Amino acid sequence: MGVFISQAINGISLGSILLLAALGLSLTFGQMGVINNAHGEFMMIGAYTAYMVQTYLVKGAGASFLLSLLIGFVVAGLLGLLLEATLLARMRGRPLDTLLVTFGVALILQQVARDVFGSQPKDVKAPSWLSGPLHLGSYTIPWTRIFMFALAMFCLLVVHLVLKLTPLGRQVRATVQNRDLAEASGVSTRRADHMTFFLGSGLAGVAGVAVTLFGSIDFNLGTKYIVDAFLVVVAGGVARLAGAVIAAFGLGLMQAFVEFPTSASTAKVVVLLAVVLVLVIRPQGLMVLRTRSLA
Amino acid sequence: MNPTRIAADGARAQALDRTLEQGKPSEQDYLEVLDLTVDFDGFKAVDGVKLTVTPGDLRFLIGPNGAGKTTIIDALTGLVRATGTAQFAGRELLGLAPHKIVRLGVGRTFQTASVIEDLTTLQNLDVAAGLHRSAWSRFRRRRSVPETVIEVLETIGLTDLADVPAGILAHGQKQWLEIGMLLVQRAQVLLLDEPVAGMSATEREQTGELLMRIGRDRVVVVVEHDMEFLRAFADSVTVLHQGKVLAEGGVAEVQANPAVIEVYLGAPAGASSIGTSGKE
Amino acid sequence: MNRPQGLMGQLKRSGWLVGLAVAVVAVFLAPQLLDAFRLGLVAKYLCIAMVAVGIGLAWGQGGMLVLGQGLYFGLGGYMMAMHMKLDDAGPGGVPDFMNLYGNNVVPGWWEPFRSAGFTLVAIVLLPALFAGLLGYAVFTRRVRGAYFAILSQALVAAFATWVESQQKTTGGFNGMTNFKGWFGFALNDPVNKRMLYYIAAFVLIAMVLIVRWLMRSRFGELLLAVRDQENRVRFLGYDPAWSKVIAYVVAAVFAAIGGALFVPIVGMINPKNVGVTPSILFLAGVVLGGRTTLLGPVLGTIAVRWAETGLSEAYPSLWQYFQGALFVLVIAFLAQGAASIGPGAKALWRRLRGSPGAAPPGATPPGGVPKAAETAPAEGAAS
Repeated sequence: MGVFISQAINGISLGSILLLAALGLSLTFGQMGVINNAHGEFMMIGAYTAYMVQTYLVKGAGASFLLSLLIGFVVAGLLGLLLEATLLARMRGRPLDTLLVTFGVALILQQVARDVFGSQPKDVKAPSWLSGPLHLGSYTIPWTRIFMFALAMFCLLVVHLVLKLTPLGRQVRATVQNRDLAEASGVSTRRADHMTFFLGSGLAGVAGVAVTLFGSIDFNLGTKYIVDAFLVVVAGGVARLAGAVIAAFGLGLMQAFVEFPTSASTAKVVVLLAVVLVLVIRPQGLMVLRTRSLA
Repeated sequence: MNPTRIAADGARAQALDRTLEQGKPSEQDYLEVLDLTVDFDGFKAVDGVKLTVTPGDLRFLIGPNGAGKTTIIDALTGLVRATGTAQFAGRELLGLAPHKIVRLGVGRTFQTASVIEDLTTLQNLDVAAGLHRSAWSRFRRRRSVPETVIEVLETIGLTDLADVPAGILAHGQKQWLEIGMLLVQRAQVLLLDEPVAGMSATEREQTGELLMRIGRDRVVVVVEHDMEFLRAFADSVTVLHQGKVLAEGGVAEVQANPAVIEVYLGAPAGASSIGTSGKE
Repeated sequence: MNRPQGLMGQLKRSGWLVGLAVAVVAVFLAPQLLDAFRLGLVAKYLCIAMVAVGIGLAWGQGGMLVLGQGLYFGLGGYMMAMHMKLDDAGPGGVPDFMNLYGNNVVPGWWEPFRSAGFTLVAIVLLPALFAGLLGYAVFTRRVRGAYFAILSQALVAAFATWVESQQKTTGGFNGMTNFKGWFGFALNDPVNKRMLYYIAAFVLIAMVLIVRWLMRSRFGELLLAVRDQENRVRFLGYDPAWSKVIAYVVAAVFAAIGGALFVPIVGMINPKNVGVTPSILFLAGVVLGGRTTLLGPVLGTIAVRWAETGLSEAYPSLWQYFQGALFVLVIAFLAQGAASIGPGAKALWRRLRGSPGAAPPGATPPGGVPKAAETAPAEGAAS
């Protein structure tokens, strides 16, 4: 029982990281059909932002971390906006090509990071108020993990509210459902695309800042997360955010529970094969929108 | 498109005759649909439809938008899931994968003329004609063009455009090509979704004559909005309303039916003007 | 298919024979012009070009974005490496790295690979079988587009992770290296190295001919139809899954053979050759050369790898930028790769002649022209 609960906690914590990493991707993939392979590098940019803020701007770990979440969001968001406006906007209707173009962007960003920061890993100091664990009976949960979970939930809520309540959200949804009609009805689909991509990339930045709590950062940080983030998005299905939530925590828990009796890499293989199986059984992921079009 | 009328153009008429000569269904090979229902998450797009169409009876399906006309074709060809039964020549169609339904001789066209745009007109017909080719022969090059394909090119008036990519054909020509693809497959049931939408008057007439000739010994079901076209060529009409069959019978009979008039106009009025404008 | 008449038509139809002759001459000329080291590099590029030819078929003709060909490249490579290690160890012997990692027993699933015949058959059949089963499951369930791309990526990630975790049986992170012989031929003998180069070259030519045959057959037309309008093809009476399965299996087998020849030629195999990133990089040459063309993937791959060797020796960081820029520029601005330069340049020439100096800037195909100038010589040098 003890093992069960501690692995469940591990799984949920891993799931929060996956969710945070995949949330922005799910937004840009689901709402725009753009498969952003540079999403991991936007996380890396968020992480390096945290490093820069701490090194040059605010020395106190606590204040600098909170500030970094904000600046990381804006920096990654703006870079995403730039990418969307310059490259991806001209590639509408070619989703597979966006995957490869953004792969090229990812290679370039990795090399920029290597040239600017070197290939040595950098450390970002975690805020003191996140150090140590929370004691719950005989279990201990590190505060960083609790924070991660809360942050993932917060971002999820923000995205949900933006899509549901704001005029922008309505425009985005209108654009997704029928681009031509939305355009004809006076919705600026370009603006909707820009804002979606800004938000999606910004979330990657936030995720990048957050993962500095769990280890040092280097130019390779993005490649560690991008495959997993993709898996969450396709396993969940892009139609609804709920799919990403289920997939993130499902995969996180699976990793944690398989890992315990075997090894991390065995669990990784099992998780990857599980996603393959999910796709074979439900080709559009867990959450599907039904249509009757021929395409 | 060449405006010569098929009936008047001996070569084209003969080509069509030759194509249609083979693989004729017998009198007993008819389409029988019973209690066909398509349920889209609680919304019944098609609700308990009964339909029997025999070879030689050129049947038109009409009805206001959302009446379920296209959905019936979708259900018969495996594009949407349906309950009830739909048999052709005694074989059940519902529940089969689309390509297996085609292999039973039931073919269709699409509202938005749908051809393989990157292949030439000839290649489109050849791919369609290759349906019953052996697996091995598909791995060889086409050394000569099959006789049927040449005939059908003649019939649909696209002989001169055989080697252009189908994507650059005019809309009407694509619709003809789609019908041609059914001809080379020797389809015995042809389900045609608005085959004359967007065509000029001459093209409509040619298409009508073509359909009449095909309908002589094949099962042909045409979804159409154009009442003038219907009056000129239909043998019989089934009127749908809100997923149900509202009326069925000869053209004059259906046009005089008060229920049909009410559905189309909301009030009894001149029957001859029902639904003259269709959706595009 | 359009069959041009007359002399030009004759030339066009037998053009492939001319192309074949040029290729054969080039194959025999290369050893005269290059030193042993460079020739070895060319042989390595040829192995990677084999993967690219398959990708051209599956992706360019069949529309399946295969992001995980490292799986098949790795299967072929590791099977070959296992046989070579067992062969080096002698009858009943234990491969050197197994001794090193403290495991003196050859695992049962290694044993069949002592046989050369079994190994050769397995290199072709195992990937074919796996790709066939997976393809059937996936394509009949209509997994496609990005979902298929990411599924193939997940598989290669699983494979690389697994291989890396099995240090005692696969060499783990370091993989396998220090091979001595290949089916009885000593690998340090320059004559045998040249022989490997010839084998790679003629295997590649055979693959190109196979793809040419497939592309020109009715199967090729059907595959194209499935790529562009998969659902429409169903209503012509075909199950599109089968064409896709066949193209996918061919691509898998080509990749496996490429991997199997890569090992004796390069002298190593490890997870870094087969992971997620190298799998996407297999696409680089296909992207550059033009995914829908027959020779584009081969020439593109040779050009890219040649440039890699040249650039990354001198300026490693520059190469990474170059490679990234290749994906960005070619895909965003020249979807058909170098192959779209010809028609683009022709159109420009016509416009320039039609209205000298008056071509509106907006009418220029985006990015098409400057790219033509810098890519065309690179490709010429490679072929």
